[in-house]
Amino acid sequence: MRAAVAGPAEVKHVSSVPAVEAKNLFKVFGRNPKDAVRRLSAGQSRAEVTDSGTAAVIDASFRVEPGEIFVVMGLSGSGKSTIIRMLNGLLPPTAGEVLVNGRNVTTASSSELRDIRRTSVSMVFQHFALLPHLTVLDNAAYALEIQGVGKAERRRRAREILEKVGLGDRAEAMPDELSGGMRQRVGLARALTAGSDILLMDEAFSALDPLIRREMQEQLVELQRELGRTIIFITHDLNEAMFLGDRIAVMRDGRIVQNGTPEEILTDPANDYVAQFVQDVDRARVLTASAVMEPPTLTTPVSAGVRGALRVLRSQQAGAVFAIENRRLVGVVIDRAVIRAVKSGQGDLRQIVDTTVATVGPDDLLVDIVERAVEAAVPLAVVDENRRLLGVIPRVTLLAALGNVPAVTREMPVIQSPIDMVAQFTPLLDEMSGVTATPVAAMAEGGVR
Amino acid sequence: MDGFRIPLGQWIEAVVDVLGDTLGWLFDAIANVLGVVYESLEWLLQTPPFWVIIALLAALAWWAKGGKLAVGTALGLLVIVGVDQWDAAMDTLALVLVASAIAIAISIPVGIWAARDDRVSRVVRPVLDFLQTMPAFVYLIPAIIFFGVGAVPGMIATILFALAPGVRLTELGIRGVDAEVVEAGHAFGATPGRILRQIQLPLALPSIMAGVNQVIMLSLSMVVIAGMVGAGGLGGEIVRAIGRINVGLGFEAGISVVILAMMLDRITSALGRDGHARRVSKARTARDAQDAAGAVSRIPTAA
Repeated sequence: MRAAVAGPAEVKHVSSVPAVEAKNLFKVFGRNPKDAVRRLSAGQSRAEVTDSGTAAVIDASFRVEPGEIFVVMGLSGSGKSTIIRMLNGLLPPTAGEVLVNGRNVTTASSSELRDIRRTSVSMVFQHFALLPHLTVLDNAAYALEIQGVGKAERRRRAREILEKVGLGDRAEAMPDELSGGMRQRVGLARALTAGSDILLMDEAFSALDPLIRREMQEQLVELQRELGRTIIFITHDLNEAMFLGDRIAVMRDGRIVQNGTPEEILTDPANDYVAQFVQDVDRARVLTASAVMEPPTLTTPVSAGVRGALRVLRSQQAGAVFAIENRRLVGVVIDRAVIRAVKSGQGDLRQIVDTTVATVGPDDLLVDIVERAVEAAVPLAVVDENRRLLGVIPRVTLLAALGNVPAVTREMPVIQSPIDMVAQFTPLLDEMSGVTATPVAAMAEGGVR
Repeated sequence: MDGFRIPLGQWIEAVVDVLGDTLGWLFDAIANVLGVVYESLEWLLQTPPFWVIIALLAALAWWAKGGKLAVGTALGLLVIVGVDQWDAAMDTLALVLVASAIAIAISIPVGIWAARDDRVSRVVRPVLDFLQTMPAFVYLIPAIIFFGVGAVPGMIATILFALAPGVRLTELGIRGVDAEVVEAGHAFGATPGRILRQIQLPLALPSIMAGVNQVIMLSLSMVVIAGMVGAGGLGGEIVRAIGRINVGLGFEAGISVVILAMMLDRITSALGRDGHARRVSKARTARDAQDAAGAVSRIPTAA
């Protein structure tokens, strides 16, 4: 899912004006907002300026690229709803400015602002905000009605979008007749019908029950992929943020405390607050293979032959090793096969490589690779589309990542219980090299680890 | 306290004098217009035979609510005919309708304005308090000075007295519209006028209609007072009954007022529940039926 979303978004990145840009936004409610902004800028805290007003948003800056799902996440009172309302000018900022597709919302006249809202930004509301006296169809067509589109045309387009959100058969119903999930689909349809390329979604799924919410999230991702809109999504639910967001801004007490990809936030929280926040996240649905993989140390080039493989196995005290050719993964070689090959005098590694090794892509979510990790005898190999080996995920690393414990697996390179190395390998090596190695030497080498 | 007295009365007299001198032409014009409107309506109600009017009002009741109210309306009006108060009742009805229409025409825009602007609201509120609590008789004095004797000063006093609930309930209704829905209007780029027309007024309609209903009820309560300045109608009959200590006449005219009041109240409050509310209750029923039908409402994700 993530890879597919990132594709078109990245292409657009290269061009252009950001879809939405917020520059040093402040919003203070109360008696003396300007004074509060001045003092906040000078470094005073939110609590210190309460005599001048309540600071809802403090010095928020961010850019949202076209085609991106940008999530603003925070608990209630963190200022996220205030931020989203400044983006389309429903609330004027106390200081700072907002650019939408390069147009300045903050300084726009009221008619310019209406034009921006009609053409560029539409909004989906937490409690749906449908017009109760209009049918579902007319609600969905509302934005077009404001734009001055004729009745037949706007109804046709609204019907199209209603089909897309799965409400084609309820077009003539009144909003009261629908369940919460259906009503929010109408809200979404209304925003999509407007044809604007930016969608502001204010806690859009928070009023829905969990099953419907998950369904809506999936549908939103699907729609976004299909329609390529820029979405700014407000939520207090971290799992929702992690599921939807290409990037997430975490807010606390009016400030953006971290702005990054879901993985960055999860694996590298900016402070204790974020760290504590992400503790309960369903990590398997957020972390990708590339976020948890480790450098592939247990590799041997095919050209090094059976002997090379044996050397690695021995020095690393491992039971299996990945065979590489031109940095591409060929397969995995296990110790028993190596020993058999050595015994039968075979030198070509290619003959004994098991090419059916389990691989995963770098963008695969952990939830999707757990099963393969359980079944595989060796660590999962993370390869890109050219089968280049990017890293490996030993089972212990996977478990550590899911359990949010620091992964200190460096000291345990054992990826498969090795057979008795000393007993099996030493005589073989001696035989091959023709040098007499004492058992003492072998034991000393084994003790290096 | 000896000798100290606020000459409030004298000030008011002075103001009334000045108003009478400078705006006399305006008051005359208002009196003429109101007089003509009132007399036309009165003529319209009294010219046809009583059963035509009864049939029309019963039909209105039917349309507004249903058969029961239509029958009740017809029976009530027949009682008025039976106690020989028909002409007076039609005079009163004309007066109430004209006064209410004007009061509504003033109070709804003022209510809208007050809902949109806090400063207006702060100014309007004490004015409404004043209008509503000042004993209604007091309006009659300047009304007589400005407009002479008859139906017109009665109507003016009635309008002033009846304004308040119209303004208050309109403001309340508009302020009570779900803020998120209004925000949605703004967010999609609707002009304030469109938001008022398409969102605020339709959603505030039940409250506004309750205001209309209250305006009409208060107007009816003023008929007796209007009767004292020669407005005629049922109020005039009651004033006559008081003068003659005629219990029978007083009761007959009084019960006619009650019947008119009940009829107007039921019809207008039914109109208030019309549209939105009625459709909602229909929708509820439909949804309940759907829920009962089971989990059919779950729609597939893959659109």
